[in-house]
Amino acid sequence: MSEARLPAMQLGHRSTASFGDRLSAALFQRQSMLLLILLIPPLLWFGVIYLGSLFSLLAQSFFRLDDFSGTIVYEVGLQNFVALFEPANLDVIRRSVTMATMVTLTSVVIGFPIAYFMARYARGSTKAILYVAVMLPLWSSYLVRLYAWKLLLAKEGAIAWLVTQCHLDWVLEAVLATPVIGGNSLSFSSLGTFMVFVYMWLPFVILPIQASIERIPASVLEASADLGAPPRRTFWTVILPLAMPGVAAGSIFSFSLTLGDYIIPQVVGNSTLYIGQVVYRQQGLAGNLPFAAAFSIAPILIIAIYLWLAKKRGAFDAL
Amino acid sequence: MAHAVSLSRVSCVFHSGGKSVNAVDDVSLDIQPGEFFTLLGPSGSGKTTCLRMIGGFTRPTSGALSIHGEVVDSLPPYLRPVTTVFQDYALFPHMTVLDNVAYSLMVRGVAKSVRDKRASELLELVRLPDMSSRKPAQLSGGQRQRVALARALISEPKVLLLDEPLGALDLKLREQMQIELKELQRRLAITFVLVTHDQHEALSMSDRIGVFNRGRLEQIDTPTGLYEKPATRFVAEFLGAANVLEAEAAQRLTGSAAAMIRPERIRLGTDQGARVHGVVENLQYFGSFWRAKIRCDQGTALIADLAIDSVLPAAGEAVHLHWDDSAIHRLNETSMR
Repeated sequence: MSEARLPAMQLGHRSTASFGDRLSAALFQRQSMLLLILLIPPLLWFGVIYLGSLFSLLAQSFFRLDDFSGTIVYEVGLQNFVALFEPANLDVIRRSVTMATMVTLTSVVIGFPIAYFMARYARGSTKAILYVAVMLPLWSSYLVRLYAWKLLLAKEGAIAWLVTQCHLDWVLEAVLATPVIGGNSLSFSSLGTFMVFVYMWLPFVILPIQASIERIPASVLEASADLGAPPRRTFWTVILPLAMPGVAAGSIFSFSLTLGDYIIPQVVGNSTLYIGQVVYRQQGLAGNLPFAAAFSIAPILIIAIYLWLAKKRGAFDAL
Repeated sequence: MAHAVSLSRVSCVFHSGGKSVNAVDDVSLDIQPGEFFTLLGPSGSGKTTCLRMIGGFTRPTSGALSIHGEVVDSLPPYLRPVTTVFQDYALFPHMTVLDNVAYSLMVRGVAKSVRDKRASELLELVRLPDMSSRKPAQLSGGQRQRVALARALISEPKVLLLDEPLGALDLKLREQMQIELKELQRRLAITFVLVTHDQHEALSMSDRIGVFNRGRLEQIDTPTGLYEKPATRFVAEFLGAANVLEAEAAQRLTGSAAAMIRPERIRLGTDQGARVHGVVENLQYFGSFWRAKIRCDQGTALIADLAIDSVLPAAGEAVHLHWDDSAIHRLNETSMR
């Protein structure tokens, strides 16, 4: 064995270690130091910027706006939270939560089979195409897609045209005549808002579910069948519980994104308000930052309750 | 009496990337009720595919498959009277050990108190009584294996399929589980069908063994039958060490076209009456015996296993080989590789 064939050996015996070598050797001996150095930037980001702004928001919500001068009075009080329980505001919260729940349920029901197919059946190029298809909408602007939907849903839009071609005008009319979800046209109805919400958040629901289904070993499903469980039984007792962390993650996305959005219901929908819009108007037009802050605590609390319920129901047991 | 498992001219062709592979090629096989039958072969020989076809996870391309006289070709896995112990155990990670074991009773709608009691009994049978409330992730490999076994046995299947169940265990545990599995099988009188690539496992546990090679069933026989009277060169070499003699060497030494001598049947002795003379090339220590590689005068190399307490030759020493007539076994054919 000649020395020329063993460059690694030579490297090991090198007499002059560069600064980089000495640094990595020092860090190799102090792994916790290395970890700390790596974690400081994200911890700063999370701790100072993210949590800091969250707490300043919380602090803001205890102050109040002086109606006369339009300036913020820095006195601690609960008046903003009391105002949340006024019927008009409760109505907004109830409407937002209902919308978020419906959007989430629908997204999971639509997204699960796609995610399942992607994880279990799609191979090679089919899988790549499906990934791109799911992600593709995220490559273009949210606003562009939103206005595209407004055009699709408009009275003279593509969907109405298609319905007419199928001689199903009466169905559309019946749907639009339904109270609460109906309206002048699809683009001026809660149903329209709902459809756009589902479309917008579907990728965020599909991807985590797909990831969690992919982690289920095929043999576990075979074992279930082997032990006498028909496919439907396997779905409820094995697949769904094991995919639940993904379903929970996806549903948190669609739920919180719906609760926080203030643009979609402004462009597509009847002019009823959602939480995001109220926050937007209070801090922008009205300049009532304390009340806006109090109102934005509402979705945080609702998500917290949602997570707590999900945990209690065992959604994260399979983690 | 109907066979426990019967495969009749079963083939399975896989298609991948435009190529088709004969995973199982025209295999016919009858397994008796209560038998411990082993499908033995190297990886990719079709033994696992065969087991998966019995379990219902892979469909045969052609041929017929029946279990206790009932044709099961069109039955999905959950309607077949067999259960499987999977290679990776395939325990349900989100359920406790007890719920895992009780699973097949649960899906059949057995009341919780009844199935929990039965599951506890099964856990005792596999000597794992105090683990019922744990999750599979908290168990060791050997314990998971026992849980998988208990889970498969609780529904009292007519046939238990075992897919390399001991492959992930370390040697000591594996040997212990071999004994336990064999004992369990004798006690329960259930048909066991085991897949393994480990010849020691196959020889020590099975009533009969089917040896697979390249999708075909090369030979079915008892362990002693296979070891002492292998039909082909492949079987001879897959089950233990073998001196396979072909063509001219076989003719000269044994008087047949192809033959085999196991290395432990070769003895060193005196010049007088020796079958062959040769020179020791090297010696290898195996703990319980020495293996000598001997170059015969005519050029053929033979290996001989020498007892640990015998007088050992040195490398380069001339030796004289002896064996009994009964040590020579004629092979049917030698070309299949």
